[in-house]
Formats: sequence, C-alpha cells, structure tokens
Amino acid sequence: MIEANGLVKRYGAKTAVDDLSFTVQPGVVTGFLGPNGSGKSTTMRMLLGLDHPNEGHSSINGKRHVEMRAPLREVGALLEAKAVHTGRTARNHLLALAVSNGIPTKRVDEVLGLVGLDQVARKRAGGFSLGMGQRLGIAAALLGDPPTLLLDEPVNGLDPEGIRWVRQLLQALAAEGRTIFVSSHLMSEMALTASEIIVVGRGKLITSGSVADLLRRASGGSVLVRTRAAERLAAALRDAGAAVDCPDADELHVDGVDSEAVGAIAAREGVALIELTTRQASLEDAFMELTGETVEYHGSTKVRG
Amino acid sequence: MTTQVVRPRAALPGRVSLPRQLNSEWIKLRSLRSTWWGLGATAVITVLIGWLVCLAQAHQFHNHERAAGPDGGFAIHIIPNAAQLSLTGIHLSQLIIGTLGALVVTGEYSTRMILATLSATPRRLPVLAAKGLVFGAMAIVVCEIANVIAFQVGQAALKSTHQQASWSTIGSVRAVFGAGLYLVLIGLFGVGLGFVLRSTAAAISTLMGLVLVLPLIATALPQPYDTDIGKFLPMLAGTQIIVTPYRDPDFLTPWIGLGVLALWVAAALAAGAWVLHRRDA
Repeated sequence: MIEANGLVKRYGAKTAVDDLSFTVQPGVVTGFLGPNGSGKSTTMRMLLGLDHPNEGHSSINGKRHVEMRAPLREVGALLEAKAVHTGRTARNHLLALAVSNGIPTKRVDEVLGLVGLDQVARKRAGGFSLGMGQRLGIAAALLGDPPTLLLDEPVNGLDPEGIRWVRQLLQALAAEGRTIFVSSHLMSEMALTASEIIVVGRGKLITSGSVADLLRRASGGSVLVRTRAAERLAAALRDAGAAVDCPDADELHVDGVDSEAVGAIAAREGVALIELTTRQASLEDAFMELTGETVEYHGSTKVRG
Repeated sequence: MTTQVVRPRAALPGRVSLPRQLNSEWIKLRSLRSTWWGLGATAVITVLIGWLVCLAQAHQFHNHERAAGPDGGFAIHIIPNAAQLSLTGIHLSQLIIGTLGALVVTGEYSTRMILATLSATPRRLPVLAAKGLVFGAMAIVVCEIANVIAFQVGQAALKSTHQQASWSTIGSVRAVFGAGLYLVLIGLFGVGLGFVLRSTAAAISTLMGLVLVLPLIATALPQPYDTDIGKFLPMLAGTQIIVTPYRDPDFLTPWIGLGVLALWVAAALAAGAWVLHRRDA
C-alpha cells in the first residue's frame, strides 16, 4: 500500500505538487492520470525519496523509502525511460543494481527473459530504442520481485504488442496481490489497464475512485433525445423532475432520469422520437471534463488566427 | 471494480550493505569502456612523458660531453633531479585521471542512471563512499604501477650519463609512490567536484581551473604573496611530493604539500556529500 499525506513540492514560485494526499491499495492496478506537467513524475520521485517534499510525507507499506533494508525487494520503479548509462550493457546494468541489494545473478537473466531482452542482454544500452529502454526499465523494476511497483509512463514508446504486454503484465502482477501504481497521460490506455484511478491537475488531486465510478459520474446519466416535438417533450420531462438542455431545435439533453423513463414519458405524451440514446462518456471525455481548467500547456487546432 | 480478495505480498529478505554497494560500483566501473581507456591513457602518458624527458636529458648530456672534448670537464650537463624527471608525466596524466574521476559521477547524472542507483540504494552517503573507494582503489593500483614503470624506464634512459637515480637514492621511494598518490588524489578531486556540479563540462573545467589556472594567477601576484598563496594551491602543494633531492624552501615539504592537496580533495568530497544529501536527485 502506498500512502501520500499532504505532499507539497515547490520549485521557486511554482508549486508542482500542491497538498496531494491519496492511498494506493494492493491487488489492483491504480492509474495516476493527469495532463503533462501536472506533477505526476514529481510525486513518484517523492514517493521514492529522490525529491524531498517541502511539506507532507509518504510511505510505501508503512515505510519511508530511505528506511528500507533492501529497497529493490520492496518497491520496483521505472521513472524515466532509458535512465541507464548508455555505455553499459543491459545485463551489466541490471547486475550492478541486483548485487547492491543482494539479489542473485540468476534473477538478472530471469527478468531479461521476462521482458524479452535476452537476445540483446550483452549489447550496450546506448543503442536501444525507446521501447527497448522501457523494457529494460521494467526489468529493473521487477529485479527484486517487489510487492509494490511504481511505473511512470511505462508504455511510452512501446509498439502495440508491447503496450498490450505491459497491460497484461501489470494486471497479472496486481492479481498476485501487488500494489501497482502506474502513471499515464493516455486515458484510453488507463481505461483498459487500471481499475482504480487517481486524477491530478496542476499538482492538485481532482478525483479518485474506480474507473467505472468515474465514467458514471462524468457521463451523468445523460440521455440524448431527438424529436420534432422538442418543446412539448422538454416541458413534460421538466414536470417529471428532469433537467433538460436544448442545444438544438429538435435535440434534448436530459439529466436526472434514465432513457427508460424518457421513453415512457414520450409515449404518454404521444411524442414520436427520432433518437433515444444513453450518452456514455469515454474516460477521455471524463478526463477532459475533470482536468479541462488545469491543463497547463494548451495546443490549438486553429491553423491560422 | 475488482472485488477479489488478494493477500498483499511481503518483500523477500535481503539488505543493502557497504560490501554489496562496493561490488555494485565495481561492476559499474569495470563495465564501461571509458574506465579502461582512461586508466590506460593515464598509465601510458605517465610512462611515456617521463621516458621522453629522460631521453632528452641524456641527449643533452652527450651533446655537452662531445662539445667539451675528452678532457673538458667544465661543460658537463648536471642532472640533479633524475628521479623527479622520470615522474614528470603526472603533470599531463593528472588531467586524464581527474576527468575520469569526474565522469564516474557525472556520467550517472547525464544518463539519469543516478535515479536507478538512488532507487536501489536510497541512503546517499554510502553511494558517494562506495564510488570514491572503488574508483580510488582502481586508480591507486594503476597509478602506482605506472609511476614505478616510469621511474625504471626513465632511469634506464639516463644510465649512459651515470647520473641516474636508484631506489636507494634519497627521496626516490617517496617521489615514486607519492606520484601515484598525487594522481589518485586528483582523480578523487574530480569525483568530489562531480558530485557537487553534476555536469561533466562544469566538473572538468572547474577541476582544470583549480589545478592548472590558479597557479598561473598566483604567479601574477607581487612577492611574497605569489609563493605565500601559491604554495597552498592544489598542484603546487601536491607536486612537492616528487621533488628530489633539493627542494625550494619557499614551498611546502613533500608530505605536508600532499597533505594540503588531500585537504582540498576532502573539502570537495565533503561539499559533494552535502549536495548529494540535500539536493533532489
């Protein structure tokens, strides 16, 4: 279990992480979601004691990272793709990490096989692609067979096959009772991988909970109705206690009642419907809705102003 | 929502220890080509420069001898500091070992390997200690052997002048083994500055500035400040260890001089430890 309590990290006048508290439970994959620059990486570095928080504290299985007797056996981490000396071979990189924690050499060859790098184990890491670098980083995280894993953007640079492999690996590791905390700015990927989610924006906690809950809340049970008699139906729905929005002449967005109730009211009123749909927000929509105001770096799709 | 009940896993036994960290740093150092190139170049330059200087001195001696003729004893070329001449190479090889020392640390920062290192071994001061000890141990072996060879080769080149030094000449043993220690200290100076500055370019240029440029600035000062200040600078203090047999009373004695260099190095390592401990990785 990972616990963060009131973490604050300031860089000069800029507050990268702002009073962030959360808990990550074992047994499930927990996604750590937020736009670029929202403080995800800084938070992960603080959990590992690499950056010192200005305020607050955190623990992994009740311990601070610096207090761990053999850190690699307690928490495996992938922080930056290719955080590897470019002149060293993949195997020597892992071997140097393993011996510092008393992990046997045979485990090095085991994890190299597990991530599919056994063929290039004796090649220098400088020549690795981003995807191979990610695999090497995951191998390093798995070295100590730790009960807790912290992975910062592990699928970055992986091909579709690799992305699927990471997803299945993380889910399998979680099913073994491990705590898996994985950050991403890719909502679609998180929707497939994680079952719990922590959303941050500008260093603040926006929401946390299960992915299913988040989707339900974001979609708000909205029902889309299209009918020629929009005004009449809107009045009837409002009488029934629904909130109705009328964005178009023959279109209604209905909140507060489900599609079955809308259909019944329409039948009672004798209104013919063109369309009746329950709007299910994608996690991506939910994410945009939640973090819309906190995105630090906006792009524009306008080509000419 | 996952409802399955899973038992949280416990960590496997084991622990980090200084011997394990030393082993880890040894694997790191020996698995980089730059280590072997750097150590090899340090040794080759040390021997080669000493040999060339001694050859040149012997050549000069024979020129004078020929010019003086068979009975002209006045023009003889005196070589008073034969041991020191054969160790002159350290003035150049110090740059290589110092650069290597800095790279041992800054190479981890520039490649972000330091994140992996500190995730595996979060207590920071043992990280510095392990790096310093392993690098120092490798450097001392190479540098001592290189200076012994430089002395032997250099004295062989001077043999025809009959002015060569031997191991029993006063100061020879101190100068030869001291030259090795001098190189190791300069290498550790680089390690300390590497931890302070983290950037390869910054660490190497600072090292060069402190070792090579400060003495030049000191010579521009009016007497007696030039030597009063200059004698405490890293290179002018440290290289007294190879001076044989007569020393300039304006400078420090050999072991005091090397001790002053060691203080500079200790200060750099202490500053590096402070930065490593306090700053974010």
